Amino acid sequence: MATYSTNEFKAGLKFLMDGQPCSIIENTIVQPGKGQAFNRVKYRNLMTGRVLENTFKSGEKVDAADVVDTELQYLYNDGEFWHFMDPETFDQYQASEAAVADVSKWMIEQDMCTVTLFNGQPISVTPPKQVTLEVTETDPGLKGDTAGTGGKPATLSTGAVVQVPLFVQIGEKVIVNTEKGEYVSRAK
Amino acid sequence: MPNKAGLTTHSLADRLKKRSQLVQTLRAFFYARSVTEVDTPILSAAGVPDVHLHALSTEVRLPGEAQRQRFYLHTSPEYPMKRLLCAGSGDIFYLGKVFRDGDLSPRHQIEFTMLEWYRIGFSMFDLMEEVAGLLKTVLGDLAVESISYQDAFRRYAGVEDIFTASAETCRAVLKAHQVADVVGVDADDKALWEQLVLTEVIEPNLGLVEGKMGITLLYHYPARDAALAQLCEDDPQVAERFEVFVNGMELANGYHELADADTYRQRFEASLAQRAELGLPSVPLDENLLQALEARPLPDCSGVALGVDRLFALQQALNNIQQGMAFGIQQA
Repeated sequence: MATYSTNEFKAGLKFLMDGQPCSIIENTIVQPGKGQAFNRVKYRNLMTGRVLENTFKSGEKVDAADVVDTELQYLYNDGEFWHFMDPETFDQYQASEAAVADVSKWMIEQDMCTVTLFNGQPISVTPPKQVTLEVTETDPGLKGDTAGTGGKPATLSTGAVVQVPLFVQIGEKVIVNTEKGEYVSRAK
Repeated sequence: MPNKAGLTTHSLADRLKKRSQLVQTLRAFFYARSVTEVDTPILSAAGVPDVHLHALSTEVRLPGEAQRQRFYLHTSPEYPMKRLLCAGSGDIFYLGKVFRDGDLSPRHQIEFTMLEWYRIGFSMFDLMEEVAGLLKTVLGDLAVESISYQDAFRRYAGVEDIFTASAETCRAVLKAHQVADVVGVDADDKALWEQLVLTEVIEPNLGLVEGKMGITLLYHYPARDAALAQLCEDDPQVAERFEVFVNGMELANGYHELADADTYRQRFEASLAQRAELGLPSVPLDENLLQALEARPLPDCSGVALGVDRLFALQQALNNIQQGMAFGIQQA
């Protein structure tokens, strides 16, 4: 297995810590004038999303993690797994509930997603930055209000709930920013 | 227009001027005390054996030599300055570039500016006072405190006697202070756990006097970390070595200097043995220095090296020493 020495550490490097894939966020060298150097490393566990910190004696080695980001098309959810396909090779991947959990409310069939693979298995999914969804439930609101002042909750076809302007009606399609979970505009 | 370093043309000019003023202030400090500026060579056929210092090297073509000769770029001007002291130079200082391979962080650059000086007849405490005086000239009238290595462990880490404390005690201190888990250090490696307590727990408190920026002089390091400092006559478990901290950052490292050639050779040989043990490349020892010391031992003196880029960063409240340089190594 490939290894990295601490002197190769930099932001974005993927390595294994206790068997789990991690990505370095920040690497700072602690080098006393007359002493052993250390690397103070802040990293994210890619399975749990938790940010952790360790101090590595310089010269230590860690195992490289086989982690790649790939663009895959979301096909369908069979109730247990979320299925994706590489549109070029037609290779299919199935992601567990854990990998999709946080973003399942933004998953739309046929959309292209960034899927992080660890040893060939999806461990996390990033949906498109903006998605278009239909409003399935919301208060009728005020007919004349087109200025967008104020707002009301609306339930979308995937179950997501976002704040929308008062003029948005059931059956309309809206564009939503998936990173912030915020309404952007009405879809034409 | 902001340039790559994020500076506007105006603030760039301003910063260059401030740095120029700092260098002028430092030189004036020594000229006023009749300390001679020396311009020692950067290249030397000898290297530095210290296991924690990595010198850059280059190959030099000399007439009459079939092969290019390996020369090392100095990591500090210490060896040639000591040869000058042996030869009767009197008080001297060096202000210029030095090089340390692999050191790059907000507080480090591969190529950086060092101020190093030697004062004949000065004890370690005399020199500590002079360093504090110099820093006050640059940083303003800061409070100064001196604390021994052992007392610092007592005050900031709650370790009664660090010299007899166990590795386990040091590990417990790190844990109690929520220091991130350490990878790659043997459980019983007392010296390294002790170093971590110093850098992770104690140092952030140094250079802060009553919560405000101040000058902390940490002295009497363990004999193990003596480098080229004399051991204390009254207490051979400590060395007459000190470091200077301002705002949690180490600024300078000084010694009451070893004098005789035999002790230098012993310490050099010990470092070479340690290099071999760690699988680091060996380096040719500075035989010119050893010969100079054999011919005439170093006059009783104390010497100190100070990081000028760090000093400038402190004076200008910069987060990264690179911001105070014309160009860092990645912009050079």
